[in-house]
Amino acid sequence: MRILPRTVSATVYTGFLVLLAIAPWIFSVIDEPFYLDLLSRGLILAVAALSLNLILGYGGMVSLGHAAYIGIGAYCVGIPAYYDFYNGWLHLGLTVLVSGLFALVTGAICLRTKGVYFIMITLAFSQMVYFTFVSLEEYGGDDGLVIYLRSEFPTWLSMDSPVALYYWIFTVLLITLFFIHRLVHARFGRVIVGSRFNEDRMQSLGYSTYRYRLSCYVISGVICGIAGMLLGNFTSFISPEMMGWTRSGELIFMVVMGGAGTLFGPLVGTAAFVFLEEFLSRITIYWHLIFGLMLIALVLFGKGGIHGWLSAFDSEEERG
Amino acid sequence: MNQPLLEVTDLNKNFGGIIATSRLYLSVEQGQVHAVIGPNGAGKTTLISQLSGQLKPTSGRIEFEGRNITGYSTARRARAGLARSFQITSVIMPMTLLENVMLAVQGSEGHSFRFWASVKRDGEMIDAAMKSLVEVGLDDRADRIAAQVSHGERRQLEVAMALAMGPKLLLLDEPMAGMGSEETARMVEILSRLKGDKTILLIEHDMDAVFSLADSLSVLVNGHIIATDTVEKIRNNSDVQQAYLGEEHA
Repeated sequence: MRILPRTVSATVYTGFLVLLAIAPWIFSVIDEPFYLDLLSRGLILAVAALSLNLILGYGGMVSLGHAAYIGIGAYCVGIPAYYDFYNGWLHLGLTVLVSGLFALVTGAICLRTKGVYFIMITLAFSQMVYFTFVSLEEYGGDDGLVIYLRSEFPTWLSMDSPVALYYWIFTVLLITLFFIHRLVHARFGRVIVGSRFNEDRMQSLGYSTYRYRLSCYVISGVICGIAGMLLGNFTSFISPEMMGWTRSGELIFMVVMGGAGTLFGPLVGTAAFVFLEEFLSRITIYWHLIFGLMLIALVLFGKGGIHGWLSAFDSEEERG
Repeated sequence: MNQPLLEVTDLNKNFGGIIATSRLYLSVEQGQVHAVIGPNGAGKTTLISQLSGQLKPTSGRIEFEGRNITGYSTARRARAGLARSFQITSVIMPMTLLENVMLAVQGSEGHSFRFWASVKRDGEMIDAAMKSLVEVGLDDRADRIAAQVSHGERRQLEVAMALAMGPKLLLLDEPMAGMGSEETARMVEILSRLKGDKTILLIEHDMDAVFSLADSLSVLVNGHIIATDTVEKIRNNSDVQQAYLGEEHA
């Protein structure tokens, strides 16, 4: 059992997680509660990015419709709350069920295609969900829905205060990181990674790759749904805007910026994204332009994203 | 009379108007090395792709151990014991040689819906994979990335992966393709060690290799097998010489 991280990148990530763990305390000391909000939102997006990374980074399935699951998760809180059902287990169970089913049905169709067709069909399905919620007048349609109370859990699991909600999100993030870490090194994950590089070869080795990829797609959808459930609780106002295709694009940006197919890449990518969005937009209203230029630079020069830069400092034999 | 391990009956494959396989009959006996030779474009790889399931035949029947496997998917045929190597090297490039072979072992061990235990700590799987790497003489390169070893070594890796599946029948599609003479000699040596132990259907261009490895031989011309016999008899068959071997062997 080793205690201290061995590589530069692992040291940075460990430090980052420790900072996240004590962040509410720091923000209360410097009396800046706004940053806790910013961080909470960032970590929710990080969970969504981690889930996208599972299919995009490890599995090579580029989905441009992943924000649909954020919306599904959020409405799995919003719609029961509209009828005064606030039980948190109900919200969580419903989120897992609906996002899992949606991923199973749409994934079964999407995974019959490859490359650009896969991108387009995932986009099409997410737009279907988007316009479905736009047209649901009962639940606010375009205007969205206000959630008056957060999901109710037993006292020790309560998410009622901002700090409690933050730790809820942080715990989900840690569980997701650990789960994905185990998953990609287990037999299942090896099949997913192998299929990304050479699906034909995997089939001739005896793997029915479609089943494995579909299962991976469902797991990813469920995790992203849970991120949506957290976002619904966090914003307490939900609208179809949450699942627009631009949000799906931003999730891809976070994954690629941090380093697709790496465990911590999406986390640091999301952190960078939220930071840039927040601070660039304070400097200039044309921040999207700077953002776009950075994206181009990243694609041209930044092989492996932020994780790639960090691991360049790791010594040769410890990398991997 | 024993039933052959692989029995192909009246196999036909058309791509539009082009006939790639025509009225093809082939059987491979248990324990034999059977080679298929033929000029470029004779339909050798098309044949092997139909046997391993990447291509669906237009008509015909493929039986493996007496079972009709014509409708099986590639993955199901692999699990039934048909292992294929590719003419154009097909391995998982960013993975190490050991990881590649471990995937082959894992594929032969039932379903992979196991989400928790790390394969890096699976001693049995590592041992099985190392055994295959030893058989092709790559054990000292186990931790190298596939993209960084030589072409010849990747060809050996292909064979190691096919072996690691524990197959009943090895389908080797030009294992010597693109190799220098030294590498070819090494591959012939590897394959001759498997001879007698494994049943092999060998598709090969290199005549010296075929003549030294094969027990029996089929000659494929324009998608049709024009002769099947022992190596000696094929060598002296004048039709075959005309169709394929050319002046120098006459």
